[in-house]
Amino acid sequence: MSNKLDITLQVNGEAQTLRVPPSRTLLDALRGELALAGTKNACNQGVCGACTVLIDGLPMNACLLLAVNVTGRDIISVEGLGEGGELSVMQQAFVDAGAIQCGYCMSGMIVTATALLADNPAPTREEIRAALSGNLCRCSGYVRVVDAVQLAAERLGQ
Amino acid sequence: MSELESAIGKSPPRLEAGEKAGGKALFTGDMVMPGMLHAALLTSPYAHARILSYDTAAALALPGVKAVVTGEDITGGPFGPVVKDEQALALGKVRYIGEPVAAVAAVDEATARLAARLIEIEYEELPAATTVAAAIADGAPLLHEEFADYVKVYQAPENAGNIMARAEAVIGRGVDGFEEADVVVEGTYEVPAQYHAYMEPVAALAAFAPDGRVTVWSSTQSIFRTQANLHEGLGIPMGKIRCIAPRVGGGFGGKAEASGQLVVVMLSRKAGAPVRLVLSRDEDMTTMRARHPGTLRIKTGAKSDGTLVAREMELWFDAGAFADDSPAVMNLALFYARGPYAIPHVRALGHAVYTNKLRLGAFRGFGNPQASYASESQINEIADKLGIDPIDLRIKNAIQAGEQWLGGQRIATSALVEALEAVRDASDWSRPRQARPGCKRGLGISAVAHTSAFLSTGAIARLQGDGSVILNVAAVDIGQGSDTALSQMCAAVLGLDIEQVTFAPPDTDSAPYDYATAASRVTHTVGRAVHEATAAVRDQLLEHGAAMLECPVEDLELRPGGRIGVNTQPPRNAEVTFAEIALRSIWAVGGPITGSGSFMPNDPMDPNHTQMSGFLSLEAVSVLTFGAQVVDAEVDETTGAIRVIEAWCAHDVGRAINPGAVESQIHGGFVQGMGYALCEEMVWEDGRLVNPSFMDYKFPGSMEAPDKIHTVILETPEPSHPFGVKGVGEPPLVGAAPAINSAVSAATGLHLKQIPLTPERVLRALVSKS
Repeated sequence: MSNKLDITLQVNGEAQTLRVPPSRTLLDALRGELALAGTKNACNQGVCGACTVLIDGLPMNACLLLAVNVTGRDIISVEGLGEGGELSVMQQAFVDAGAIQCGYCMSGMIVTATALLADNPAPTREEIRAALSGNLCRCSGYVRVVDAVQLAAERLGQ
Repeated sequence: MSELESAIGKSPPRLEAGEKAGGKALFTGDMVMPGMLHAALLTSPYAHARILSYDTAAALALPGVKAVVTGEDITGGPFGPVVKDEQALALGKVRYIGEPVAAVAAVDEATARLAARLIEIEYEELPAATTVAAAIADGAPLLHEEFADYVKVYQAPENAGNIMARAEAVIGRGVDGFEEADVVVEGTYEVPAQYHAYMEPVAALAAFAPDGRVTVWSSTQSIFRTQANLHEGLGIPMGKIRCIAPRVGGGFGGKAEASGQLVVVMLSRKAGAPVRLVLSRDEDMTTMRARHPGTLRIKTGAKSDGTLVAREMELWFDAGAFADDSPAVMNLALFYARGPYAIPHVRALGHAVYTNKLRLGAFRGFGNPQASYASESQINEIADKLGIDPIDLRIKNAIQAGEQWLGGQRIATSALVEALEAVRDASDWSRPRQARPGCKRGLGISAVAHTSAFLSTGAIARLQGDGSVILNVAAVDIGQGSDTALSQMCAAVLGLDIEQVTFAPPDTDSAPYDYATAASRVTHTVGRAVHEATAAVRDQLLEHGAAMLECPVEDLELRPGGRIGVNTQPPRNAEVTFAEIALRSIWAVGGPITGSGSFMPNDPMDPNHTQMSGFLSLEAVSVLTFGAQVVDAEVDETTGAIRVIEAWCAHDVGRAINPGAVESQIHGGFVQGMGYALCEEMVWEDGRLVNPSFMDYKFPGSMEAPDKIHTVILETPEPSHPFGVKGVGEPPLVGAAPAINSAVSAATGLHLKQIPLTPERVLRALVSKS
C-alpha cells in the first residue's frame, strides 16, 4: 500500500492531482480518487467495454490502463461528454432511441459510439455493430443501441 | 376515457434514462458513505468438506482490517425461499467451490482481499457429488444430512438422498394415452447451466443508524425478499431492517434472493461502520447462481393427421448445493411440459437434486426455457415425421381460450394461433432463402406460453399538495422499464401526464410488500395494485369535487391535466383542479388523500383435470399468454458455426402500456435466448467452474446478435386486469432456443438435442450424418 506516486491526470478538461500506488488502474482512480462513478467495472479484464473512456480521442478500457501511465493524456469519461450539464448529442440519442435498459453498460457504449462518429460521421449499421463489438450488453439485444448511434449521426449531420 | 389515458400506449423516454446516459445513475457499487469499509470474501476451495476450525488472527492483525466474520458470527437460522437450507456463511460444512466461508471489512478493497487470504480454515475434505448422476448413485455423499428437518413449503420426498424435490402431474390416461398414437417420437435433451451475466456484479452496502436499525442498499430484484433473508438469516426483527434498491444493473432472476446482503450486515454490525461489498466477475460467477442444467426425456404421440394425443416428460434438474428456488423452477418446467397444446394424455415427472455446485435458481423463464427447448424441438421432429408443416401442426393443436392448462386452470384468452399466423406472414415462411456457399439455411419456428401473474403485491398512491401524485411500490426496475410503465398506468387512471407522477425509489420503509421483479409479473401484477391505489385517490378527488362544485359525483368527470369538471347539459364551466382539492384536503376537510391497493393472484387448480403430487401451490401462478417466433439461420458446413440472420417474434401482451419497452424486452430476451441456444454454458470439472469470466463464458455481442429482430405486438386484453395487461419479460427468451434448433433442423435435417449448439457439436453431428 506504500510507494504512492503523485500524478496529474487531465480528466474531462480539468487537471486533477492525485496520489496513487503504481498498480492503480485508471478505472479505479476515476471511480475512487476522482469520484467519477459513471465509468463501470463489469468484467475487470478488458472484455466487456463497460469501463471505456476516451484517451486522446480513442476508446480504451480503463480497467487495463494504469493511472500512472496516462498522465499528460486527454482523458474523457462519460461525465465529460456533455457540456454545461447538458447531455451530448450521443447521450440524448441513446435516451430518445430507447436504447437504455439497466444502463450499466451504457457509459462504455456511449463513449465508444462517440469515438466512432468522430472518426466516421455517417457509419452504416454494419459499421456501428463492428465498432460496438467490444461493448457487451445483456439487456438490449443491441438493436436499439445501433438505432441510437444512427440517430446521433443524423442529428450531428444536419 | 381514451383522452384521459393518453399516458399509456406511448413510449416516452424512461424516467431514469437521462441519468443513466449521463453516467450519473447510482448503482450500489457507486455509493460511498463516510467511514465506509470495503468487504472481501473468502470462499471454499473444496466442493465438499467439513469445517474444523477458523484462525482469523493473522487477518485481524493486518493494518486496516476492522472486522472478520465467519459462520460463528451467524445470529439467525437457515433461510431460503422454498427450503430453509442456507446460512449467511458456510456453517459446519462447505458444499461447493466458491461458497463464502468468511468475510473481512477493511479500509480499502485491496487490504480486505489480502486479509481474506490470511484467514486460515482447517477442513476435512469429504467425498463430493458434483453431478446429478453422482448425487443419486447408491452410497452418494449426502449434502444435507438434516434435510428431513428443514422447513419446506412443499411435500418433499422422504429418504430420497440428495433428491430435494420430486413432482408428478398426470392428465387423462397418462402414458397409457400413447396407445392412441399412430406415431411416437422420443428423445433425451440436454440443457446447460446459463449464467445471468447481468452487467452489474452483485453488490451490497449496509449501515447501522444510531437507533440500531440497519439500512441495506443492494443490487436486488426484491427489497422484501432481501429483508426476509436478513430477518431469517441473522435474526434481526423486520422492523429494524430497511432495504432500498438503488439503480440495478440487470438481474434476470439472479438477484431475486439473497446475494451478499447478509455478509455486509454482519460485517457492519461487528465493525461499527458502513460496509460495502462488490463482487468481482469471477466471484459472482462462482458464488451466486445460474439457470438449471438438466436432462429431459420427452416423448410425444400423434395421430397420423397430426393430432397430438400423448406426451410424457421426465426431467432431472441439477439444483446445486442449496435449494434456492429449485423445487419451484422444476415445478414450473413441468407446468410447461405439455406445451401450449391441448394434449389429452400427459405424464410429467420432475426431480431437483442437490449437487456440490453453486446453487441454481431463478433465471428469466424459470424452468420454461428448458421445458420448451425439449418440447418444441420434439414438435418439429414429429411434424417432420408426419410430413406436416410445423406451423400447421401447431395451429391444429393450439390450446384455445376456455380450455384447461396443466393443473386445471382455465385459460382466459389465447392469441397463440394469431401469433403463429403473424410470424408466418411476417417472415414469408414458405419463401426459400439462398444460403451462402458452404452453408445451409433454414427457417425455424417455436410457440411460446408463459404466465404473468404471480404472488402478492401492493401499492400506495398519494396526492401531493400541488395536485401531483407520488407512487410507492416495492417493485424494482432492473432495466425492463417498470418504473415508467407503472407511472404511465398511474397517470392514466387520473388523466395526468407522466410528469405529474413521482415514482418513489423502492424502500421497505415506505412501500407495501411486493414479492419481486420476477415471473414477467410487474406490469401485470403490480400494475393491478397501482390501478387500485390510484383509483382510490380518484374516488376521493371526485368526492371533494362534488362538495366543491356542489353537485352529485355522477355529474362529474375527470379531465386531462388534473381537473374535475361538470358534465351536465347545458355545460357548466366550473372546474376544480387536483391542486385545489389537495389544498382543501390538507388544510380544511378530510385530511390527505391516499389510496392503497393490494393483490394476490388466486387461480385454483382442478384436481379432476390434473392429478398432481409433490408440487408447490401453483394457485398464485396465472394469466397465461402466448407467442411465436420464427428464426432464419445459416449453418456453416465447414465449421459448424450457426449464424442467426433474422428473427420474427410475435407476443401477446394484452395491452402494451409502453410499446417501446415491450419491443426492447423482445429484442433483449430473444438475444439472451440465442446465447442459451448457441454459446452459453458454464462448465465444471470436479466441481470447479472452469470458465468464470467473460473471456471464457461467451454471450452474444453486437456482431453475433441479428440486426433484424422484427417484433409483432399482439393485444388480446387480459380480462382480469383493468388495463388488459399481460407480461412479456420472459416469453421472448423462451422461444429462441427451440426456434433456432428448428431452423438448424430445416437447414440440415438434423434434430439436435443438446444446447448450446456450439460449432463443435454441430460439426460432429454433420459429420456423423454424412
